[in-house]
Amino acid sequence: MGKVVLKLGADISTDDIYPGRYMATVLPTETPQYCFFDRTEFNAKLRAKEIPDGSVIVAEHNFGCGSSREQAVSTLKGYNPLIVAKSISRIFLQNSINLGLNIIICPTIVAELGHEVEVQGGKVVNKTTGTSFAIEALPAARQAIIDAGGLIPYTRKRVMAGA
Amino acid sequence: MGMTVVEKILARAAGLPSVKAGDVVEPRVDLAMSHENAALVMNQFQEVYEGTGREAKPWDASKIAIILDHRVPAESPKTATNQKKIRGFVVKHNIAKFHDVRGDQGGICHQILPENGYVRPGAVIVGTDSHTTSHGALGAFSFGIGATEMASVWALGAAVNVEVPATIKVVVSGKFGKHVEPKDLILHLIGKLTAQGANFRVIEFHGETIRNMSTSGRLVLCNMSVEAGATSGIVPADAETERYLRDEAGVKDKLNPVQPDADAVYERVVEIDVSKLAPQIACPHTVDNVKPVTEVAGKRVQQIVIGSCTNGRLDDLATAANILRGKKVADGTRMLVFPASWRIYLQAMEKGYVKDFVTAGAVVMNPGCGPCLGVHQGALGDDEVALATTNRNFKGRMGNPKSEVHLCSPAVAAASAITGVITDPRQGAN
Repeated sequence: MGKVVLKLGADISTDDIYPGRYMATVLPTETPQYCFFDRTEFNAKLRAKEIPDGSVIVAEHNFGCGSSREQAVSTLKGYNPLIVAKSISRIFLQNSINLGLNIIICPTIVAELGHEVEVQGGKVVNKTTGTSFAIEALPAARQAIIDAGGLIPYTRKRVMAGA
Repeated sequence: MGMTVVEKILARAAGLPSVKAGDVVEPRVDLAMSHENAALVMNQFQEVYEGTGREAKPWDASKIAIILDHRVPAESPKTATNQKKIRGFVVKHNIAKFHDVRGDQGGICHQILPENGYVRPGAVIVGTDSHTTSHGALGAFSFGIGATEMASVWALGAAVNVEVPATIKVVVSGKFGKHVEPKDLILHLIGKLTAQGANFRVIEFHGETIRNMSTSGRLVLCNMSVEAGATSGIVPADAETERYLRDEAGVKDKLNPVQPDADAVYERVVEIDVSKLAPQIACPHTVDNVKPVTEVAGKRVQQIVIGSCTNGRLDDLATAANILRGKKVADGTRMLVFPASWRIYLQAMEKGYVKDFVTAGAVVMNPGCGPCLGVHQGALGDDEVALATTNRNFKGRMGNPKSEVHLCSPAVAAASAITGVITDPRQGAN
């Protein structure tokens, strides 16, 4: 269970999540400092470690649109949040699955800042309001990658199998 | 059941007799493109081989392209060091399709690939850049992926677990009016589809307007298809594709163009008549916030940007130069021009466009991604407004979250440079 710490609108771009001017920074150990950098207050809280692991970010449709920059995923992953979005842009979704970011598609989600949210089976439950919302399955095509724990272990297995 | 162009390409690349939208396939990759983020791909690639006892060696170095374009020449020691690492990798693995920061070979990846003949109809192309959709202009299935996915492609030679996308057919008819261009068409289409309207889908372009359009114009359409969320834009290859590849890209070998079946299944069909289309502006801060120029004309702009992988080609520069020739960029407005490649830069010099720009007061910059992504050139000041022929107007895109970016065609940008306000080129300074 986690608290909603950020509530976002539609079409949140990768420039918003990870501004282009920090793209020379690539290491997952270094990218988290620039997470939502231009949302100054939120970024400061992240960096001050005031946002506990498992905190929830709720977004409207088309989360992560724009660039293919993987920093937009690794920067978030540095804080282990749960992302609940009404829909997710293709490349961002694939990058999230490939790197194992905890992301959920929930087309009907209703949750406000401070609400306690939990994932139970195929549902997102808003504990504060007592309502639950169906989760849309991730693309079946990516299941083998999820099962392997990410694209690197998946590919490593394939390399070892000689395929 | 008939197949769309992308279904046919994926069936061939996956070694299957046929595929349909929703199938999961593993297509062999014909070209794997990266830019500076090859530095991250290299890290992830190494990680794949960690503890395997095997050497990290790409499956086929001849199919890897690396183009340095995002931050050239390097803006920081960090970038310079990443670029240096990439050069080491290129030498070690003998990657021939490498384009360094050089006037005799450099430019933006989405121009370098077509102009060097690396893009072929029917090919599967992946790139660690969302605007990899551009190469659908030559009839390839070309889509953006992340760095880790690229590392997997370098290891396996295939894109794993690809879901065959559904296709939206866009049929375009009519003749563009004066000062109306492919950029206006794609902005209009994005406004219509919305920024998420084509997510997980391909946009296949058809109709007389497309058949009569140059490859340069088709690149604009496919480049920006991703702004409607599309996996790729694609124009089925035709006589113009062959002309471009033979005459401009120097391709000599046999081409394998792919056409859709007459009974191909499309998710939906969108028809557009461009004969009455006005120049379009994508207003801040989303690309689908599109309005006719007439609705925003008169707004003051501090920076005009002409260039990028969207509109930095010779015909774009010609359009702008023809409007600017003999005129001056307005006081209080800066104008930056960055051609899409050095080949185009040289052509623009020979044609006199560079002189037209410089004497009008514009700054002509080196080819590269430049101001478009706000990294190291042409950043905006607080509360400043930019009008750009680039492809994104997200908040902060040009380096400053307190600024605004509007997107437009080269004609609108050039006409507005003269007046210092957003100007309809049909009535403007020309």
